[in-house]
This record gives sequence, structure tokens and C-alpha cells, in this order.
Amino acid sequence: MNDVKGKQGQKWFYTDTVKDHFFNPRNILKTQEEVDKYKADGVGIVGSPACGDMMRIWIKMDKKHDRIKECKFQTFGCASAIASTSVLTVMVTENGGMKLDDALKLKPHDITNRLEGLPARKIHCSVLGDKALRAAINDYFRKSGQIDRIVEDGAKVIDKILKITDRDIEEAVLEGAHTFEQLQKKTKIGIQDKSCIPEAKELLETFKKKYFG
Amino acid sequence: MEIYLDHAATTYVLPEVKREMDRYFSEEYGNPGSFNSIGLRAKEALDDARKRIADLLEAEPREIIFTGSGTESINLAIKGVARALKKKGNHIITTKIEHHAVLDTCEYLETEEGFKVTYLDVDKYGLINLNQLKKSITPKTILITVMYANNEIGTVQPVHEIGRIAHENGVLFHTDACQAAGFMDVNAKNLNVDLMSLNSSKLYGPKGIGLLYLKNGTPIKPIIHGGGQEFGLRSGTENVPLIVGFAKALELAQHTRERESARLTKLRDRLIKGIIDEIPKTFLNGHPTKRLPNNANITFLDVEGEAVLLHLNQHGMCASSGSACTSKTLDPSHVILATGLPYEAAHGSIRFSLGKSTTEEDVDKVIKVLPGIIRNLRSISPVKVELSEVNR
Repeated sequence: MNDVKGKQGQKWFYTDTVKDHFFNPRNILKTQEEVDKYKADGVGIVGSPACGDMMRIWIKMDKKHDRIKECKFQTFGCASAIASTSVLTVMVTENGGMKLDDALKLKPHDITNRLEGLPARKIHCSVLGDKALRAAINDYFRKSGQIDRIVEDGAKVIDKILKITDRDIEEAVLEGAHTFEQLQKKTKIGIQDKSCIPEAKELLETFKKKYFG
Repeated sequence: MEIYLDHAATTYVLPEVKREMDRYFSEEYGNPGSFNSIGLRAKEALDDARKRIADLLEAEPREIIFTGSGTESINLAIKGVARALKKKGNHIITTKIEHHAVLDTCEYLETEEGFKVTYLDVDKYGLINLNQLKKSITPKTILITVMYANNEIGTVQPVHEIGRIAHENGVLFHTDACQAAGFMDVNAKNLNVDLMSLNSSKLYGPKGIGLLYLKNGTPIKPIIHGGGQEFGLRSGTENVPLIVGFAKALELAQHTRERESARLTKLRDRLIKGIIDEIPKTFLNGHPTKRLPNNANITFLDVEGEAVLLHLNQHGMCASSGSACTSKTLDPSHVILATGLPYEAAHGSIRFSLGKSTTEEDVDKVIKVLPGIIRNLRSISPVKVELSEVNR
């Protein structure tokens, strides 16, 4: 198959694994009927149609062994978003299912590694996958009364005036902000609350290193 | 064999254009500025090409400035006029749906050189409101720049009327005609323009060559300095083979445009109708009739454009998308958003742009393949937006 190129001319080079999971996504709930019938132990939703990516993940549990028995998904988004969620559902259900403690530790780069890489500007798609999974697991904890096990993605406010958090900075980095100017353009951080600029710059570097090496 | 429906991105070079260019690479390779016979012959070829293009635009040769691209022509027009007239005023009027060559140039002048820019709204079809244009003009307004036809949704603006309004107010008018030149009248007199940017790579001519039509007496400053070529407005040795190719391509395009436009309009409407009839929750972007004959831009709710493109590509069909995922910024198309579509519907637009190679068979193949692709992607999508929610 021909590699599709971006508008700016750069090659996307989706790997064969990405293409495989995009063209043949695994573990899908195809119709509303299937969704209604599916007795999930936990459901997680992240993203929104407005921002271009949205995914919903359902899990069924092997409660005795604290392992994920089944994992289903639906994704609205581009090829890498669909492939990321598809491969994630495989990763957490293979070999008898992943232990929840391990599933909670899954990081975006575990997903991109399994996909044999994603183009840099597509990394944010894989982030949504592990967020949706954590949301589904937390939902299971909530429903099964294991409140103490819930792991919330805590966010720390950095810009005190505009209430911009470290998560917002992380998101902006994943969406392509690689300099402080770009970060400021996307988030408006530090325009009013100038005291946060040094911390914001530090976080920018940390997230850049985390996702782009 | 691929079905190419991305002619608005670029076209192939016609064999007769290539043939005409050929001898200016290694045989007649002279520098038109050289005072010798080889240079003189290059100069003759350059003058001849300029004259032929001037005739097509009902202009004088002196009014044609060759540049390296449509983008460069636009940069020269906007920066050049703004800087020449900055003592007179600092206000520019454009629209929200211009190509980035215009938008980013305007933004640059705003942030770096103290100009003020008004970005006109468009209606749901992508048309500007002439009353808003009139009201936006101030004594400080020096330039109005509005595109002839939009590159994404194909909407054609009332250029002649815009020119009239500009001139009644003593303001210069530039139009970006890069997408229009293959299908529309580019007669500068008819169009009421002071400046007009064209390029060759959408006209079955070579890439890397554009021109600015500049009406005699229009104040302008160069943006590239050096040897003073192109009447002092675009220094750098003239690219004779590309200029010759551009002239040939524009001649062919203008001579065949009525017949080709009629043919493509039929195919375009067949494609639009076929898709909208076959696939629910789908609608046309842009104006139903005031649009380029080769442009069909369609939104598919609940799916994301890049995913559709990749499936189409798998079937050997090349189209384009205004989806966030195919843009550098990861924002959906500014044009689609300006027409009032909400973000949740702005990610699923696909542009099919037809051209000389397009046949009825190609169109029918797309109509046949697309419903399955959309059904498939919708089946795995958790999003369910209704047409009524997006005002279409």
C-alpha cells in the first residue's frame, strides 16, 4: 500500500502494525445493540468529538485473579487513534489477561512501542488510549466497592490566574508545542501569571523528554 | 492505477507543456540578463511568455511579475503594498477563509510591522458579506485581499463587486486566483483587480513558478532584493523554462476552460449527489452552485477525515481532508470552522478535486466504495452527532 503523506509533505510512515490494527481493529463493539448487551465491569470514556479524538473502553474482569478478561472499544479518530486503542485491548487481554496493577502502570510509550512507533505528532493518540483504560479500571473499582484502589489522574495548577494545569501543558506538548512561545500560543500560560513561567518551562522540557526523547 | 482526486493540491504537467519547456534547460539555457546571443535568445523566450500571459489577462507585459510560487506572489502583493502605503494607512481587510499564504502574511504584518487586519466572516456557504466589507473600510484602509475561489470548499467570491467597492473607496484590491485560474475568467479588467496572484502548478504546468499581476501605477515595494529582475520587484535570474511552461499551461487552461468546466461540473455534481444519496448524515461544504467546477467537499458526521483518506487510499483513491490530523497544527480546517460548523463536525470533511484525468468511471468507483468505508468507521465510532445539531 502507498504511504499517505501529510499536507506539509512529511511522510507519515505508519508501520505495518499500525495499518494492521487500523484496517482490522480487534475487540470492537460494533453496534448499539452490542453495546447495550455487553455486561461490562467497567467503562471509560476520554476525549470528545470536538477535539477530534474520542474513545470508549469496556472491560470485563477475572475478579478472582484481578486480571482483565475482556477489553472492548470504540474509537472516533484518525488511524493512529484507532490502532492505539485496538492494540491496547490486545495487550491487556493476551496471556490470560493483564493484572490490574500492571494495567494501571501502562504508559503511552508501551502502546507506541507495541505499534512499532507512531509519527511524533501522533503520539497524543496513544495517550488517550491508556487514559481511557485507567478510566475503565477506576469505574470498575468504583462499582465493585474498591474505592481505595481508585487512581485519579491528579492535576496541579501551574498558572494561578488562568488555572492552567500540568496536564494542560502535557496535552499542549503532545499537540505539537515544542517551544515556550508555542506553548503560550496554545494555552495562554504565563501571560497574566508571569510567576509561573520558570515552572512552565521546566515542565515543557520534562514532557518533551518524556514523549519525544 | 490510482484515481487521483486531489487536483486542487497539484496537477501533473501536460506533455505539450513539458515539451515546450524542454529546450530551455540544456539548449537555450541563457541568462536573459546577459549581453550576448545566448542570453538574448533567453530574453526573447521570456518576453514572448510574458506577452502571451499578458494577452490572456488583458494586461500589458509590464504588469506581469514572475515569482517562485503562488505563495510568493501573495507575499509580494500584501507585504509590498502594505510597506509602500504605510504612510497612507495601516489597515488591511481580508477574510477568515484565505489560504495560509494570505493569513500568515497578514498576521506577520500585524505582529511585526504594526498593521491592523480585519478578517471578514463568511456565511455557511463560504461567501463574504459585501455590506460587512463596506462597513469595514476606514480612512486607514490601504488594501483589500479576498481570494477568488477557495482552495478547500471551492466557493467563488463576487470578485468584480469586491473590486468595485474597493475602488469606490480608493482602496487597492488583490485577489488570490491560484485555484480559480484553471476554470474561471482571469481577465484583470473584467475582474476589477489591482493585483492578482496566480500559479502554474494547479494548471498542469510546472511547480515553482507563479506570477503577480500588478496594474500599472500600483505602489509596491519588493520583498526580494538583488539584481533588479522583474522590473526591480523580484530579483534573481529568471527561471526561463518554468516561465515558458507556465505561459503554455495558462494558454491551454484558458482556451479549454469553458469546455472543461462544463464537463467537470457534471462529474462534480454526479459525485456530490451520489455520495449524499448513498450515505446518511453527509452534506456538502461550500456553495451548491457558486463553486469551482472541480471541487466537491463533503462532511461525513461521526468519522474522522484522516481515517477516511487512509481507507480511500487503500482502494487506490487519492483525496484530501480538512481534518486536524492532516494539518500541522492538529486543528481542524479554519475554512470549515468559519462556515459555522461546530468542532465536532469539522473533523470529518473530505475534499475531492477533479481534473483532466477524471472520468465518469472514477466518480462512480468512489460512489461505490465510500458507503462501505463510512459504514465501517461509523460502526467503531462512539460519536453520534445528528445533522440537526450542526445546522445543516
